[in-house]
Amino acid sequence: MSKLNSPMGGISRRGLLKGATALGAAGLILPASVRKAMAEPKRGGVLRIALASGNTTDSLDPATWDSTFVQSFNTARCNTLTEIAPDGSLVAELAESWEASADAATWTFKIREGVTFHSGKTMTTDDVVASLNYHRGEESKSAAKPYVDPITDIKAEGSNVVISLSGGNADFPFILADYHLVVLPSAEGKIDPTTTDGTGAYVLDSFEPGVSVKMSRNPNYFKTDRAWFDGIDALSIVDAAARQNALITGEVDVIDGVDLNTVSLLERAPGIKVLPVTGNQHFVFPMDTRLSPYDNNNVRQALKYGIDRDELVEKILRGFGSAGNDHPIGSGQRYFNTELEQKTYDPDKAKFHLKEAGMDTLTVQLSAADAAFAGAVDSAVLYAERAAAAGINIEVVREPSDGYWDNVWMKKPFCASYWGGRPTEDLMFSVAYSAGAPWNDSFWDHARFNELLVSARSELDDDKRREMYWEMQAICANEGGVVIPMFASYVNAHSDKVGVPEVIGTNQGLDGLRLYERWWFA
Amino acid sequence: MSIVWEMIFKRLGLGLLTLLVISVIIFSATELLPGDLAQAILGQSATPETVAAFRKELGLDLPAYQRYFNWLFGALQGDFGTSLANKRPIADLIATRLGNTLFLALYAAAIAVPLSLTLGILAALYRNSIFDRAANALALTSISFPEFFVAYILIFVLAQSGLFPSMTRMDPNTSLGEALYRAFLPALTLTLVVTAHMMRMTRAAIINLLASPYIEMARLKGINPMRVILKHALPNALAPIITVIALNLAYLITGVVVVEVVFVYPGLGQLMVDSVAKRDFPVVQAVALIFAAAYVLLNLTADVLSTLSNPRLIHRK
Repeated sequence: MSKLNSPMGGISRRGLLKGATALGAAGLILPASVRKAMAEPKRGGVLRIALASGNTTDSLDPATWDSTFVQSFNTARCNTLTEIAPDGSLVAELAESWEASADAATWTFKIREGVTFHSGKTMTTDDVVASLNYHRGEESKSAAKPYVDPITDIKAEGSNVVISLSGGNADFPFILADYHLVVLPSAEGKIDPTTTDGTGAYVLDSFEPGVSVKMSRNPNYFKTDRAWFDGIDALSIVDAAARQNALITGEVDVIDGVDLNTVSLLERAPGIKVLPVTGNQHFVFPMDTRLSPYDNNNVRQALKYGIDRDELVEKILRGFGSAGNDHPIGSGQRYFNTELEQKTYDPDKAKFHLKEAGMDTLTVQLSAADAAFAGAVDSAVLYAERAAAAGINIEVVREPSDGYWDNVWMKKPFCASYWGGRPTEDLMFSVAYSAGAPWNDSFWDHARFNELLVSARSELDDDKRREMYWEMQAICANEGGVVIPMFASYVNAHSDKVGVPEVIGTNQGLDGLRLYERWWFA
Repeated sequence: MSIVWEMIFKRLGLGLLTLLVISVIIFSATELLPGDLAQAILGQSATPETVAAFRKELGLDLPAYQRYFNWLFGALQGDFGTSLANKRPIADLIATRLGNTLFLALYAAAIAVPLSLTLGILAALYRNSIFDRAANALALTSISFPEFFVAYILIFVLAQSGLFPSMTRMDPNTSLGEALYRAFLPALTLTLVVTAHMMRMTRAAIINLLASPYIEMARLKGINPMRVILKHALPNALAPIITVIALNLAYLITGVVVVEVVFVYPGLGQLMVDSVAKRDFPVVQAVALIFAAAYVLLNLTADVLSTLSNPRLIHRK
């Protein structure tokens, strides 16, 4: 990936800590420099976009943003302290710069001055403190609570906000780029989660949950080289055929979630461009490593060799993705282990591992529903088909999509699931692979892995850190409890009237959820 | 006439009782579904602590009967409460969508009812002719296809050529003419889906009567066949036809979620499906009651009209 070679991609740990001010400044110049080969962005036009997500139960409350539809328009309405640039590096947003104490456990963020909310109120450090506090504490219902749990104290000091953590974390500023952690206006130390206010590029004009959202450009936006559209008109169109029709008939300019089965037809439509973006989103089959037979690593290895990754990429993703290697780090990430051997479909090795486990055949049940990811049931059936050659008999249990995350995921010992990916190695491993983490869906507890995770988190030396993350990926791939067959691209399509930056954010769909402020009409 | 008024009051009273029973059934059904709103909204990112905090905030930690009576008490005073998920008043959430749903239902009915009555009468008149067979075959074909398939065919033929929009976007400023144009494809889809039922009932009801002695008499008098059907047969065939029309109208209000999804039409169906999926009980309850009320009222109307169309029922001895 070009990402690793780009000037902003390989920030060292030390550079991140010391040069944060310079980094922030560079971040503001960056968009122009990466777009050198493209037509210059220009202002004007109302972007009409149709998204596959969106639900009548969507709300403005940052604790509950659960779909791309709400996440993207709220990212246009509000800002976070830091921003993940299209190339995956971290740049300044509402925080101008930041620095850490020597142990990386106390972070001081200098808050940008002169930023106003749409209502005209000036943003203060109190707003920042109240906004972050909203996700913390006993009464928090926020989906981002596990991210902010390590925070022991937040206080405002002049134009700075000082955040104390329970332990060192070199990547902490990355966490503050999470789309939940937006800054909203506060009164008496509390934010109003139903407010329509924000500091972002677009002002919310109307929001009808599950139907549409209309926004117009914020004339006082503090970033001058962003927000090219005059307005945003985003629609929720859940039906894939209806969405593609809307694009073909010119009712909208951009769609997400292109139906991979008909993508070739869409490619042939005049004036339409299909835009796959390789992201960190990956599809997984976690096993409960506490239970027999998954507590035996040979069984887990057998199951990993019994899956035909290339076939799944070809048949389920129609080539819009790449084979996974049983660890959650994407090939574009900073510490991706380039030397780890790629696992392939190998029934003989699977048989060998079964024999090591003292078995001739193995019968397991795999629970799947398309709520886990589009094509999960088909993937499970293909998996069962191929694994049979290795003497592994997988019974696919088709579960209802309704309530999948409550009743199947982390309840059934072997099931389908997905991860949107996380911007840093530490975050991804901490969230889903560290012992005792609430979303550790394989209930994996590997002493060496957990030890490395903690020491890598506060390690200052970039090379040592890389070494640790490489070892962790190897451990995860060869001893972990999750089969990760594929990384799926985000597949969008747009009319050729829309200008697209050369480098597109991969940390989330829709250009890292910032399509509204980064794209333009050519 | 007093017999009709008596019937209307009696039926309205029973209707209210039915709605009460339905609200209990819907509430118990949503209770039986696994999971609750807190888990559904937090989805994959739920942790036990955040779910507990969320439940407490929403009052989902109260016992079921208490939540039901809280809701019922509010509803009896005309307050349907707020959506649990986005805190908006349910009346606001429903108002525009109910308007959209009724608009589409009336639009489709305005095409479908005259069309199927005319086709039915003509089919009865020219029964077993080429016209009768063709009308029957077409109507049966369109009712046999799933709705989304009919919708996709119409989009392929009429929307991709640019004649009509494939999506129906409406806001309060849309003029009536514009609204009729934009909603044409969904209305046409629904028309195709409901026509067969009404048309065939009309045809069957009339043909059924054509063998009766009084029709024979009319024919022997030398009245022309069209007049025989319109003047002599149709009034007596009205009762079953009205019932079928009422059933189809109720269907147009309550059962069009698939058409709504395909044409991106913001109606009640989608609201109901989303709210069930997210266990947003007050919204489910309110929408279900609207649907139930539609059935009760349309059935009542059908019965009243059938009674009025039959002098023997009005002047009972």
